[in-house]
Amino acid sequence: MSPRPSGGVGDLIARKQVVICAGSGGVGKTTVSAAIATGAAALGKKAAVLTIDPARRLADSLGLPELGNEERQVEMDSDGELWAMMLDAKRTFDDLVDTYSPDEQTRRAVLDNPIYRELSNAVAGSQEFMAMEKLHELHQEGNYDLLVLDTPPTRNALDFLDAPRRLARFVDSRSLTFFRASSKLSLGIMGRGTGVLFSVMKKATGVDLLEDVAEFFRSFSHMTDGFRERAARVDALIRDSRTTFLLVTSPRSAAIEEAQHFHRKLQSEGLPFGGVIVNRVREPVRAKPAPELESELAQMLDQALAAKVARNLSEHRALAERDALNIERLRGRPGRKPILTVPELSGDVHDLAGLEQLKEHLFAPGALLK
Amino acid sequence: MAGLLDKRLVYVTGKGGVGKTTVAAALGLAAARAGKRTVICEVAEQQRISRAFGHEAAGFTETEVAQNLHAFSIDPEKAKEEWLRHQLRSGALAGVLGQSRIFSYLTAAAPGLAEVITMGKIWELAQLRRRTAKAAPYDLVIVDAPATGHGLALLRAPRTFADIARKGPIRNHAEAIHSFTANAAVTGVLAVALAEEMPVNETIDLENRLAQEMGMALSAVLVNGVLPERFSGADAKAMNAAQGAGSPAAREALTAALRAHERARSQRSQVARLKRGVEARVSTLPFLLTPEVDREGLESLSVEVARKL
Repeated sequence: MSPRPSGGVGDLIARKQVVICAGSGGVGKTTVSAAIATGAAALGKKAAVLTIDPARRLADSLGLPELGNEERQVEMDSDGELWAMMLDAKRTFDDLVDTYSPDEQTRRAVLDNPIYRELSNAVAGSQEFMAMEKLHELHQEGNYDLLVLDTPPTRNALDFLDAPRRLARFVDSRSLTFFRASSKLSLGIMGRGTGVLFSVMKKATGVDLLEDVAEFFRSFSHMTDGFRERAARVDALIRDSRTTFLLVTSPRSAAIEEAQHFHRKLQSEGLPFGGVIVNRVREPVRAKPAPELESELAQMLDQALAAKVARNLSEHRALAERDALNIERLRGRPGRKPILTVPELSGDVHDLAGLEQLKEHLFAPGALLK
Repeated sequence: MAGLLDKRLVYVTGKGGVGKTTVAAALGLAAARAGKRTVICEVAEQQRISRAFGHEAAGFTETEVAQNLHAFSIDPEKAKEEWLRHQLRSGALAGVLGQSRIFSYLTAAAPGLAEVITMGKIWELAQLRRRTAKAAPYDLVIVDAPATGHGLALLRAPRTFADIARKGPIRNHAEAIHSFTANAAVTGVLAVALAEEMPVNETIDLENRLAQEMGMALSAVLVNGVLPERFSGADAKAMNAAQGAGSPAAREALTAALRAHERARSQRSQVARLKRGVEARVSTLPFLLTPEVDREGLESLSVEVARKL
């Protein structure tokens, strides 16, 4: 559909089909993602937000059950439609196994394998991969004008970029060959080098573990082509020109550092970067510091209270100036990145009214820093 | 919270962005001041602890950053080599395996093996008889752990792995780690939170999951960044009545004051909700005005932490 006139984030996501919101923990990624989808719906799009583990009240207000791997429509008054879903990494992984198993026996062998059970339970980056996977699946189905992914809170916020390739390496044929060959029965026919390696590994890890891993790779090998192809397609999707990465950060310096690091990473990977959203920025104090403020306040309030109000303002000024400095540092030198700031709103955002308020800031014409 | 500094291992976790690293550093200073030989161990490879103390990145070397206080950052590759050397009792064999692509596939494939190795290094730091040659023992190891979900997965990894490996050397090793980290007499878990909706929910959830998945109790909760309650209800009334009058500066000052009052009130109700929601003792740490938490800021925060312990 043709982009309608809008502003702020609207300019960054016009003509995009996939928006990936990334950033470190605690910066408000989930609410920003939901607000972007809300804004797109208000512009007449059919938008879906994919999120992981939002605060329960946000889930409630969006009408999402605690765990459901299906999109649900959120009741709201707008030209478009807002849909939301909470990712269930394990179920997404299980569904993939269903899809790619050649027969029931293989399917059961994989699903019952102790290695698989732990692997699919959100360790070793599987949550990250499954988030990308679900995104890909929904994009393939083509039911939405816009998909907004709230990325999982990973240890260094970047892990998920590598997830598709990690999975591809994981099902690499050489490792499969090795572990397939290393079962008890075939130990005798292995090449000498491999045999030595296997016995050293056995000494380090114990034989049961190796056998389970070998068994897992054996049953999984029937599905590797499917998985590898899938991983390649997910990788292609995140590089597509219809995809954009938006970095979400707070104006605090640790988060800003992380955002800069992330920006460099996106550039070096050649991934489509859209801009940075700086959330919860303290509003600057417009009035210049003036010594007579306290005496003016003392005419309206009692002396002690006037002093407290004046002190509060000067502290607020210092904090707001620090935020502004950090944002300036983030903008950096020539080739300035598109940056959009959202003021600190009173109270947390955890209901539709709060999302609406956040959306107004994100989509305001002129919200992008000049 | 009494006795947290008397543990051998304190695991600091909480939602992303709540200030875990800062609290871990302040706790470390408090312990060092109390005469404990202490090490703060990072697992995220960000090396923020040593930098906070104005030192070069500590890396995989135990570096003294203040009197009695050391910093250490776990490098998974180096931890793996060290673990293999010990497991195989041979540097040469460990070298062969460490270089092998196949072994790196195994660490990728065997869920939680990398985490077990990380936990193994943390455990090693906390032993009175160190495996590391010439290494002196610590009285206290403080772990600046990953955020709640990943943090819990890391803590749980040895048990998960012991179940998968069934028997053999890794299993024995994983069990030894688990019996140390799940023992409340030696290991404590400290949750850091903010007085906001989501961090409070996550802390309540953390306590429940610790009990369910590890049979462990949360030792204590520290709520970071709590604003001063500068204005009373009566103050707010007076400010509301005065709103709209005076110069633009006065109007701005009143709006900012009313907002600060509103935020402090909302924080208070979140702290109350947290106290109702968890069994562990909940204490608060004040919001610091210092620009970035530097050495000085950490010192004053550590006094606060010690007072609340």
